[in-house]
Amino acid sequence: MAEQAQIEIRHVSKVFKGSGQDVVALKDIDFNISEGQFVCLLGPSGCGKSTLLNAIAGFSLPSEGSVVVGGHEVVEPGPDRGMVFQEYALFPWMTVEENITFGLKIKKAEPHKIEEKLQQLLKTLKLTDFRRRFPKDLSGGMRQRVAIARVLALDPPIMLMDEPFGALDALTRRSLQDELLKIWSDLKKTVVFVTHSIEEAIYLADRIVVMSYRPGTVKKDVHVEIPRPRNPADPDFNNLKRELSQMVMAEQNRFEQATLGSTGD
Amino acid sequence: MAVRKSLLSQLKGVWVPAIVIIVWEAVVRAGWVNPQVLPAPSAVLIKWYQYLMPLEAYDPTQGSRLAWYFSGELVRDLWESFYRVLLGFVIGAGLALPLGLLMGASKHIYDYMNPLIQVLRPIPPIAYIPLAILWFGLGNPPAVFLIALGAFFPVLMNTIVGVRAVDSIYIRAGKNLGAGSFLMFRKIIVPASMPYILSGVRIGIGTGFICMIVAEMIAVNNGLGYRILEAREYFWSDKIIAGMFSIGLLGLAIDTVVSRLNNYLLRWHRGLE
Repeated sequence: MAEQAQIEIRHVSKVFKGSGQDVVALKDIDFNISEGQFVCLLGPSGCGKSTLLNAIAGFSLPSEGSVVVGGHEVVEPGPDRGMVFQEYALFPWMTVEENITFGLKIKKAEPHKIEEKLQQLLKTLKLTDFRRRFPKDLSGGMRQRVAIARVLALDPPIMLMDEPFGALDALTRRSLQDELLKIWSDLKKTVVFVTHSIEEAIYLADRIVVMSYRPGTVKKDVHVEIPRPRNPADPDFNNLKRELSQMVMAEQNRFEQATLGSTGD
Repeated sequence: MAVRKSLLSQLKGVWVPAIVIIVWEAVVRAGWVNPQVLPAPSAVLIKWYQYLMPLEAYDPTQGSRLAWYFSGELVRDLWESFYRVLLGFVIGAGLALPLGLLMGASKHIYDYMNPLIQVLRPIPPIAYIPLAILWFGLGNPPAVFLIALGAFFPVLMNTIVGVRAVDSIYIRAGKNLGAGSFLMFRKIIVPASMPYILSGVRIGIGTGFICMIVAEMIAVNNGLGYRILEAREYFWSDKIIAGMFSIGLLGLAIDTVVSRLNNYLLRWHRGLE
């Protein structure tokens, strides 16, 4: 089972039709993600990594090719692929408790099961004292914990994360990364995690898919063999970081030249 | 310390009205103005008390003392006006809310309805008075119609804008958690647009209140608006002013309740910290 492809990305292309020329966001992306893998999609902004994540989530379907999850083609969003957004996307009119149990209530789970799950998640994510607070009263890190709990409540086999820790300060970020790794290894989830931080990708991932800028293609597929817990001061960590930095910087330069070039005409 | 400070700042608000009243009283007593044109505040207060209290003495055979207290003209007028504005508002907002939600959520319905709405919206509700009387005669029906009309458009327009302004990330999050269209509407779109809807409600009830006073001056023979027009017939300027202050206090009371409700319903909202 471990080597079974859980997410198959089959020759996916995505073209955004603009008012001027069409933008090819993704071009012929083709790879598989196996069950339980922690995959980071890494690349400069605009490289289409979020577009690919949205295609897996079912928010925006590919122009060509298909995404197959668990043997079924993705045609719409679903609770089997829980999404954690960069902007938290908590419902501000609901308390922490209501946000977390929202999906379970939709599924019409039994009240005692909901309460049980809620207690467990509040404990795991250290939110017990905050269950009746509204999101506005929470810090960014707390909000993202609630967003993770909300997704975990439905026990999805796959978690999709779109730069979830991008807006957090370094310390909060590290502690949430550690908690995510713990959740991932305890609950055996498949995680697809979008980031533009090289260090974050190396710290977290089993596998880093480096994407190129327009058209978005897979530039390199790296398996990270460094044992966990990983130390950013470790020489292996730094060697990989240097290697990936060069790759990402090259793409970043291409991106800058492309945007500067396009202002000329 | 904090208590003393807030008491002091509240006292600040007392000075200006106190001075206005003293000057006003002095001007009238000095005979500088005709009391028929501008009665002294003391005269207004006396009239206000008479307007409040029942005309007949308390008679135990006629019912309880409480019922007697509430049988005065002012209390009945207040109740009539309040009931009217509430009924009109509930009808107007009750029609505007579902229509606004539909128009905000569906481009189709919006395209069908919008031209008609845009043509009708700039017509002040007051301009419907002749038609209202023609259609509904005199009494409560035309008044309630005008109030409902006054409340309808603000609630409608704000609801449309509110629904359209719902951040698409909430819709995506809802879909991702498995919400179907009905739940999406009830649990996400309606609460997310609540800040807009409630500001429409506040404007709507204000417009309805104005319509209520106008309607009572024209189509009804009770209520606060009718009473101050009636007082004019008898040159009771003290009663006119007492009536005006009563209208103001009713308006203030309604606005306070709406504002409290607003704060409660939007207790999750960032703007209200």
